[in-house]
Amino acid sequence: MKQMKRKLVTASCTLALSIAAITAQAADTIKVGVLHSLSGTMAISETTLKDTMLMLIEEQNKKGGLLGMQLEAVVVDPASDWPLFAERARELLERDKVAAIFGAWTSVSRKSVLPVVEELNGLLFYPVQYEGEESSRNVFYTGAAPNQQAIPAVDYLMNELGIERWVLAGTDYVYPRTTNRILEAYLKSHGVAEEDILINYTPFGHSDWQTIVSDIRSFGSAGKKTAVVSTINGDANVPFYRELGAQGVSAEDIPVIAFSVGEEELSGIDAAPLVGHLAAWNYFMSVDTEENDAFIDQWHAFIGNTDRVTNDPMEAHYIGFNMWVEAVNKAGTTDPSAVQEAIIGVTVPNLTGGYAAMMPNHHITKPVLIGEIQADGQFETVWRTPSTVVGDAWSDFLEGSKDIISDWRKPLECGNYNVVTKTCSGQTF
Amino acid sequence: MTSRIIRWLLASGVLLACLAVSAGIQAQTDDQVLLEVQALLVSPNAPDKTVAIERLAQADHPRALEIYALLLDSKLYFNRADDFLYVIDNVVEGAPALALLSQETSLIERRRDYRRVAINNAQRTQIRRVMAQTGLNHERMEVRVGAVQQLMGDLDQDALTLIREAYVSETHGRVRDLMAVALAIDTLTSGDEAAQRDAISVLGGSLEPRGRVALVRYVEATDQPRLKTLAEQALVGIDQQVRFYKGLETVFFGLSMGSVLVLAAIGLAITFGVMGVINMAHGELIMIGAYTTFVIQQLMPNHIGLSVLVAVPAAFIVSGLVGIAIERGVIRFLYGRPLETLLATFGVSLVLQQAVRSIFSPLNRSVQTPEWMSGMLHFNPVFAVTWNRLYIILFCLMVFFLLLLILKRTALGLQVRAVSQNRAMARAMGVRSERVDMMTFGLGSGVAGIAGVALSQLTNVGPNLGQAYIIDSFMVVVFGGVGNIWGTLVAGMTLGVANKLMEPWAGAVLAKILVLVFIILFIQKRPRGLFPQRGRAAEG
Amino acid sequence: MLWKLIREDRGGQILLAMLLLAIIAVPLLNGLPSDHPLHIPTYTVALLGKYLTLALLALSVDLVWGYLGILTLGHGAFFALGGYVMGMYLMRQIGERGVYGHPELPDFMVFLSYDSLPWYWLGFDSFWFTVIMVMLVPGVLAFVFGALAFRSRVSGVYLSIITQALTFALMLAFFRNEMGFGGNNGLTDFKDILGFSLQSRETRLGLFIASAVALMLGYLLSRYIIQSRLGRVCVAVRDAESRARFLGYRVENVKLWVFTLSAMMAGVAGALYVPQVGIINPNEFSPLNSIEVVVWVAVGGRATLYGAVVGALLINYAKTWFTTELPEVWLFALGAIFILVTLLLPRGVTGLLRRKEAV
Repeated sequence: MKQMKRKLVTASCTLALSIAAITAQAADTIKVGVLHSLSGTMAISETTLKDTMLMLIEEQNKKGGLLGMQLEAVVVDPASDWPLFAERARELLERDKVAAIFGAWTSVSRKSVLPVVEELNGLLFYPVQYEGEESSRNVFYTGAAPNQQAIPAVDYLMNELGIERWVLAGTDYVYPRTTNRILEAYLKSHGVAEEDILINYTPFGHSDWQTIVSDIRSFGSAGKKTAVVSTINGDANVPFYRELGAQGVSAEDIPVIAFSVGEEELSGIDAAPLVGHLAAWNYFMSVDTEENDAFIDQWHAFIGNTDRVTNDPMEAHYIGFNMWVEAVNKAGTTDPSAVQEAIIGVTVPNLTGGYAAMMPNHHITKPVLIGEIQADGQFETVWRTPSTVVGDAWSDFLEGSKDIISDWRKPLECGNYNVVTKTCSGQTF
Repeated sequence: MTSRIIRWLLASGVLLACLAVSAGIQAQTDDQVLLEVQALLVSPNAPDKTVAIERLAQADHPRALEIYALLLDSKLYFNRADDFLYVIDNVVEGAPALALLSQETSLIERRRDYRRVAINNAQRTQIRRVMAQTGLNHERMEVRVGAVQQLMGDLDQDALTLIREAYVSETHGRVRDLMAVALAIDTLTSGDEAAQRDAISVLGGSLEPRGRVALVRYVEATDQPRLKTLAEQALVGIDQQVRFYKGLETVFFGLSMGSVLVLAAIGLAITFGVMGVINMAHGELIMIGAYTTFVIQQLMPNHIGLSVLVAVPAAFIVSGLVGIAIERGVIRFLYGRPLETLLATFGVSLVLQQAVRSIFSPLNRSVQTPEWMSGMLHFNPVFAVTWNRLYIILFCLMVFFLLLLILKRTALGLQVRAVSQNRAMARAMGVRSERVDMMTFGLGSGVAGIAGVALSQLTNVGPNLGQAYIIDSFMVVVFGGVGNIWGTLVAGMTLGVANKLMEPWAGAVLAKILVLVFIILFIQKRPRGLFPQRGRAAEG
Repeated sequence: MLWKLIREDRGGQILLAMLLLAIIAVPLLNGLPSDHPLHIPTYTVALLGKYLTLALLALSVDLVWGYLGILTLGHGAFFALGGYVMGMYLMRQIGERGVYGHPELPDFMVFLSYDSLPWYWLGFDSFWFTVIMVMLVPGVLAFVFGALAFRSRVSGVYLSIITQALTFALMLAFFRNEMGFGGNNGLTDFKDILGFSLQSRETRLGLFIASAVALMLGYLLSRYIIQSRLGRVCVAVRDAESRARFLGYRVENVKLWVFTLSAMMAGVAGALYVPQVGIINPNEFSPLNSIEVVVWVAVGGRATLYGAVVGALLINYAKTWFTTELPEVWLFALGAIFILVTLLLPRGVTGLLRRKEAV
């Protein structure tokens, strides 16, 4: 019995000690945290972004690093588990002392990380299109806000294709909910009647779309040109598009415009029945610029596979990383507060032949591209905004947020300043 | 369907082109048109392409149909260096590129040199309308139907004239009806009172959605009360029929969803129901079947239609072997401890998922739908069922009855039932129970693999495929009654139909929650499912 | 009196001693300067606190699985409900500091255009009301569910499957935004608890100590139950349900009370878990989570109580380690642990240390 006791004690002590153990820190590198799920349900999208970050860091090191130091990527796996995102972010900032974190994909993972980066004054570059209604001192939103994706897309459908009847179909979570509320308000302000808008929400991973596609077909047979605005997320898209194809809904009858379907998602679908359906993004792999060609070549060389595609969130990381590098150079230090100040106004080239600038609300300027799906799973750009669009953190079409602005420059330094009540609510630190 | 039309048009286009070239008619002017079209198609401006398409149609160019088909199939490219058009199947270095005008073949040196001539939806519609005009006299009925529908999208005088001409010589009932509707839609707005009355009765007897829309508009606009009443009556009649067919459609949707559930669950009905093994890796066996389909398609890329048929036995064997390996490696040590098998097989499922992720990458894989499974079976304009769902229902029933046959009519089936009812007694009678266990588990796993082939036609082929079906599968088996595969069939179909009946008013999520709550309550009422096993085996 | 509970329970003695030690040592070591080799950073404190709440959850599962023989695959539901109750309290504490600055409504409600708080959100501004609800909500659900299931003698595999259906249905329900619990994003961005900022070191230490104390109390309570007459009947029910019934015991009632109590323990665990991780989201209801808990118990050693705690700590520590160091290998490793433990260590890792004593 005594022997057992001793064993248990030793075992528990080793356990406790190894938790407490602090990894030795090398002072001659700048650490960059990469916080993307490598296992679990989100691995499908996020693994690519981890590889993108590794590629960008490797490239920067070849160019001589940053501030005379080499960059070192610290990759952790939050395993698609939302509390784990916060835990890992804390670990990156407290233990590894990373200079910036590039990561998160879903809204909920960002929401989970947010209090941690604010508490520890870290920097988070978030590369995915999202619902807006947020602006944090410590977060830089390099993906699209709703006004950089949804609104131009609807404009295109309304003006170029003459759409009069709308199906807003989405997965039941905050991004589609917000986008659809904004779109509903926007459409109504353009004279679309209540009965010409059909809103439908489905659960994550919804796989049986027969009823909904059939509803869309009957909704679309009322004699007015109809389109579907899809904020359907991830895994549910494949069965949705398959059902569309099977029920013969062609893009010429009822076009579907998606905000969450990119090149990578299409590479898992037989795209032939989808030709002509649309997507709105700020980048397409097919964009014909020298920067993009170079980026694609670099990606293929890094990943060792010329069949791999590039997509919009990858471009967002490309822009975000270059902006951070630029800002660190400008500030001469990786200190988060200095970088936060330096990065506003930083302008770097994007991959579509223009420039992206970091705005005072921590969103960036982006062109909006509408593309049609081709049989090989690529998009052909059929329309793009004449100039870049500034990301709007607080939508002008929502009752609660149209009076709120965000400006992180001195003297305002507030992410949600109400211009009517002249108060800055929320973040007090 | 469309691809068939295109192929025919392509063939006839090529034929025409050959004739034209050999006869040498107007070679000079044609080239002039083609040069012009080439310049327009190469332009980056979308409106130029619209002009090009129109130019081809106006000139009635012999190669017009060929070029249209190439544009629709997006096989037309231009070289950035010389701005010539090329026909390319697959843009990779070393592949041939056929110059459209000179018909000379060269090899692609850099794939970046070639850009696709992309057209947009409006241009696609434009092309299809031009093609529809020749399609009205096509020998195949489906092509003619498609042509009329295409023209009905925008009924201008040209289209009406074409339809009117074709109507005279048309013999097939369905095409005639459709043409009659198209003409009646026009008459409603242009004809005199008697003609309008006839048009209303024509439209009232048709379920064509466009006809209904025309009637609704007519009711809103007309100032003749008697005709208005007639039109309203016609609308009531149409709506009644539409409701009936919608109901029919819902039932079909339910059966099809049910058949997916049954397919996913039936393997489990054997391993769990008959053997009492809680196999949490069941979903991953389905996943393996789906990946097998993917691999088979990679191996035979030119025979997609056949590949799905080949995949069925292949998936059965692959999943079956994996199942046997699981049984030999893990489960056989745990017989009689069902809850422990649950944990161990859960571990197996994690390992299999991660293995697939490591081998095939975490990305979804694209499995193509063969031609014979795509498209719809039209009963009338408001009721049509998709071929893939129909095949899956039939496939599900086939698998079910085959399994029933194996369990009831073969020596293996007899032994399986014997072992599941009383292992000791069966062994005493000389049944090699170990071998039977192995074979049974292999059978159940193989059937799961077959389900994976079917699911690959409906949903994602990715590492999470299995997870999505495991809970549903257990619900179906438990609801039906463990140890009874008839129960599984009835339970799966019931749950499918119930889900679909509730979906229109409750929404997809609530419908699913209600079904789950119903199952929980049902199990309280009848703890052993719909068709409980009776006798001593049930107490085990 | 307390000593009597663990007099014959060596593992329990060690466990409680370790917990006591941790309660004293962790704050001390955390107070050391940060370059000291024995310093425990605050994030490790929060991590340890989280592990302890998960250990409490494992303990509650061991109580019903180890001693009642009910393989519950839905205990995560009670844990998550407790978490949601605490989350509601924490949301109410945010007050005007939300991004929209609404004095009463949480941000997501402002956003979904609620005019006023739904009735089921009332009262959660009071801490003591919340404490009661943390136990009451999971308890009532477990009672109703158990009353139905045990009275109609649903048992074994069937019971496992419907507990799974229960948590799955709850997960789908909480994902719905119409439910008024924040949908997929859940409840997050908490500011403070009982007036103490959640981000301060002291609050984190406090929560850690609270988790350790809760685990100790949970342990003693569980010991008390299994040592009492009720506990002996439990084991009788587990080993031969029909025989216990024929001897005149009201088997349903025994099961029902222990099951309900265990659910309340899981609820407390969830309530302590949420402020330490900072978010509660419907994913906590996912059936996979519940299955994982069962595996912790199996790994540690079923029907020993302290085994459940050891298993929970071990696996979670392994998870943290693997997902940091070898992310790709984590699922392989976890899967292998499941298989090997059930095949080779039916008595769990603590079984290796134990002599052949009667369980």
